[in-house]
Formats: sequence, C-alpha cells, structure tokens
Amino acid sequence: MSSGVLEVRDVQKTFGAVTAAKDISVSVPQGSIYSLIGTNGAGKTTFVNMVTGYIKPDAGTINFGGRNIAGLPPRQITRLGIHRSFQIAQLCNELTVEENMLVAGAIHGQTRPSFLRRSDDAQARDRAMATLERFNIAEHRNRLIPELSGGVKKLLDIAMAMAGETQIMLLDEPTSGVAADEKFPIMDLVINALRDEGVTVIFVEHDMDIVNRYSERVLAFYDGQIIADDTPDVVLSDAEVQRYVTGAPA
Amino acid sequence: MMRFSIFTYAAIGFVVLAAGAIVLPDWAMFLFAMALAKGLVCLGIVGMMRGGVVSFGQGLYYCLGAYTATLAANFLGVSDIFLLTLLSAAVCLVVGMIFGPLLSSYRGIFFAMLSLALSMVLYGSLSKMSFIGGTDGLNIGAPTFLGWAPEGRPLQTALYLYVVTIVVISGALMRVYFDSEQGLITLATRDNELRVEYLGASVRNIMAFNYVFGALLGGIGGTIAVLALGHVDPEFAFWTTSGEFVFVAILAGYLSVPSVFVAAIILELVRSFSNLYFPNTWQLALGIFLLIVIVALPSGLGSLVSRRKGQDT
Repeated sequence: MSSGVLEVRDVQKTFGAVTAAKDISVSVPQGSIYSLIGTNGAGKTTFVNMVTGYIKPDAGTINFGGRNIAGLPPRQITRLGIHRSFQIAQLCNELTVEENMLVAGAIHGQTRPSFLRRSDDAQARDRAMATLERFNIAEHRNRLIPELSGGVKKLLDIAMAMAGETQIMLLDEPTSGVAADEKFPIMDLVINALRDEGVTVIFVEHDMDIVNRYSERVLAFYDGQIIADDTPDVVLSDAEVQRYVTGAPA
Repeated sequence: MMRFSIFTYAAIGFVVLAAGAIVLPDWAMFLFAMALAKGLVCLGIVGMMRGGVVSFGQGLYYCLGAYTATLAANFLGVSDIFLLTLLSAAVCLVVGMIFGPLLSSYRGIFFAMLSLALSMVLYGSLSKMSFIGGTDGLNIGAPTFLGWAPEGRPLQTALYLYVVTIVVISGALMRVYFDSEQGLITLATRDNELRVEYLGASVRNIMAFNYVFGALLGGIGGTIAVLALGHVDPEFAFWTTSGEFVFVAILAGYLSVPSVFVAAIILELVRSFSNLYFPNTWQLALGIFLLIVIVALPSGLGSLVSRRKGQDT
C-alpha cells in the first residue's frame, strides 16, 4: 500500500460500554478528497476528533509527517497543518466577520502573535479581506456573527481554518444547517479553494449527492468500524452500505 | 474620522489628571490618588475579563504589594518610592507567575473562587503574624523621591503626580495590548475557546498572561495605596476589598481603559459623599447607585464611548 499523508492504524476508542472506534485503519494520500459517511453514532465525528486531537485514542497510531500525533493537543496538531471546521460553526459571536478572520490571521501568521502590533494593521486587514473575498463573504465583513446565515457562518468557519498553512482539512458536515439551494455553491467554493492549495480534504457528510459529486473516495462507517473504503460509485452501490448507511434499496 | 495615536491620548490624560495637582483640595487629591491606585488593580481585572474570567482575589496582590513596600521600608530602610514600587511589582510578578499557570485551567466560578481563596489565605496568614502587626497591620513613613523628601502639600502633590504617571503609562500599555494581535486573541478566547485552540493558540497561556499582568498591576496599586494611607493591614486582602475591585471592573466594563479609572473615581466619590450625608445607610446609597448604573449600562461605562457598545460584559 502506498504511504499516505495521513496514516491511521488500528485506532480504537471506547466511551464506557460504547465502542466508538474499532480497529480503524486508513491511509489518505496527499491531495485527495475523502468523505466519511455513516448514520449518527457510527464513528465519523469520533474519527475526526481523534485526528484533530479533541479525543485521545485508547490504542493505535495516527501518523502525519512521519510523527505519531495521537493524543497531541489540538493546538499542536493545528500547528502541524491539520485544520478543521465544525458541525456547528465555531466563531466568535462578539466579533465581526473581519475580526474573526484577523484572529485566525494573527494566530496563523508568519510570526508569533504580537503584544504591540495592532491586530487591524493594513497588512493584516488585506490578508483577511483576501481570504474573505476568496470565500465570497467579504460583503459581510462588518457584520456580527449572529446576523449571518448558516451558509456564511460555515464558510467563515472554513475560511478561518484555512488561514494557516493547511495540509489536511477536516470538515465536519460542511453543509449541515445550510439552506438546500446554498449547499452546492458552498461546496463548490470550499472544494475549489482547497484543491487550488493542494490540501487533502476529509469531510463528514450525510447528503449522498454531495458525497457523490465531490469526493474521490468514501469511507463508510458503521458501529465504530469502516465497512467500505472505495470510490463513491463502488461504496454507494455496496449492499452492506445501502443496508446500514444510506438506507437505499440493495 | 481623525484617529489620534495612543501617545496623544496618554498625553491628554496626563494633562487632565495632573491638573488635579493644582486645582484639587487636599482631601480630594487624596481621594483621587486612592481611586487611581485602586483603578490600577481594577485594570488588571478588566484585562482578565476580556479573556472571559473574573478574579475575585485581586486583594491578594493589592495586599502583597502594600506589605512588600511596608516591610521593605520598615526592615530594609528603603524609602524611595520608585524602589518600593519596583520591589512590590517584582514580588507580585513572581507570585503571579506561580499562581497564574495553576489558575489558568479554571473558568467561571471556579476561577473566581480559587482566586478568592488565595487572597483569603493571605488575609488569614497575615492576621496571625503578630511580628508584622497581626490584624493591626503596620505603618509606613512618607516616601522619598530620588532623594527628595517632601512634606505636607508637596508630598501629597508628588505622590499624586506619581500615581497619575503610573496610571497613564499602565493605561497606555493596556490599550496597546487590547488593540494588539494578542489582545484580539484574548477577546476571541472570551467568546470561543474551542475555536482559538483549534486555530493553534494556547488558551491557558493567554489566561496565565492576563493573570500575571493583573498581579503586577495589583501590586503597584497596593504600593501606591499604602504610601498614600501610611498604613496597611490584612483587610487589604479581605474579600470585601477584592469585591470592591470587581465592582469597579463591572461598572467600567471591559471595553475602555479610561472608564476603569473613571469608575474607580466615581465609586470613591459616591462612597465618600454617601458616607458623609447618610452615615448609617451609606452602603444602601452606594448599592442603589451601582444598581442604577449596571441596569442602565450593562456593558459598563466603557460602552458609552466604545464602538462595541451594546454588547454584554
């Protein structure tokens, strides 16, 4: 098997009597786009949380850049280049859209965040605006987060995660809470931006149209295990996947 | 709109406050000096409030700074105000650096209560230490200013101008910090720690830094207060003293630096006058006043001038 940018080996996680991850192994090649599918509680978000440091696996290794990152705190994993967005967009509600981007820019900047340099100096604002424009949300820059639609919040959440040197981006349900007519435009924007940067993408998704259209490979989760790992066509027509995941007739 | 630099604001602030040395009567100059000294302590709390936590134990550093200065003056013979301030600041910095990392793991009521517990430990300890005065405390002589030993009105004026200088420098530094990248990250931490951690910043480090900065300001405030009063006792670390600092911080809000000192001065004025005119019910008068201000300005006095007005503290 070719070595991937992310190598997950025999990862396990239990919460009391519940097994959330059972011997999960997967190799994700550089620049690929993976989607994770499965019913609620299947282990998709647990997988994302383990890779990004929110949860420490009980056993197994998660190798990234030749280093086992299993159990590292989120900020260290982020600094290595693994970034994520959240099912519920994690934004700073008291700040404007632009200020949220300035926070991301300050943390991800070339130098450590300064105690003296103004957070809103011209260069920082230009960088923030460039990212907002790339995600087509620059017009909202002066608005506070509670004033935004679900789609704009999702885009800002992803744009903030993209502010740094991203190598792998994990998107947890990027279209949940987004109006039906916004889903494809949002995914177009996000996937194009990530693809342009050569970022490896792993996204959790319940909408099979999105999965089919944007992913190159699909991991189907059921009961804490990966029951299928192949191209969308193959996985979505798999009898076991149809029975346990998609609910479509076999 | 024309935007003045921080130095311009600091210069204006200095001139306005320093004018008090000319126009204020003795009693008012003392009252302002005490209010500004306490305002320094409150400024430290406001720094923490921007990160989402409130320390109910800043009396610890207020008291520690005051005792350090008093002990240095009484036992080491140090009388220079600059040296006393530096000594107190250094002691509080070290103690803050010990407790800061410990407290930075806690949030909300746990942070507040732990910080309060630390100050009450100091209060209890000092009360039992009869060799440094116990509950009676200690007196401290008048300070010197680089060898100059004024008395009477010149002493009061020099002390007042000293506190004004410290306040202006501290206020300017705090404003620079608030407006900086780290300042914005602190504000983001208050809002969403998870997001900040997932952007790659250490929330604990941010909290610890704000606590240590607060300890430093608390120590300096305590030093100035004891030099103005001429006496220190364990009450400096009592919970009601810490509560008063929190009250000023809430009254000021976390949006503006000058509002902290304005709030401290207002509180001192209201307390003094209500004590004068309603000697038996002055706490009631003070409480009603604070209630009115908090209801009318939930984001504090700073919301009157900040562009972030309308947001809750």
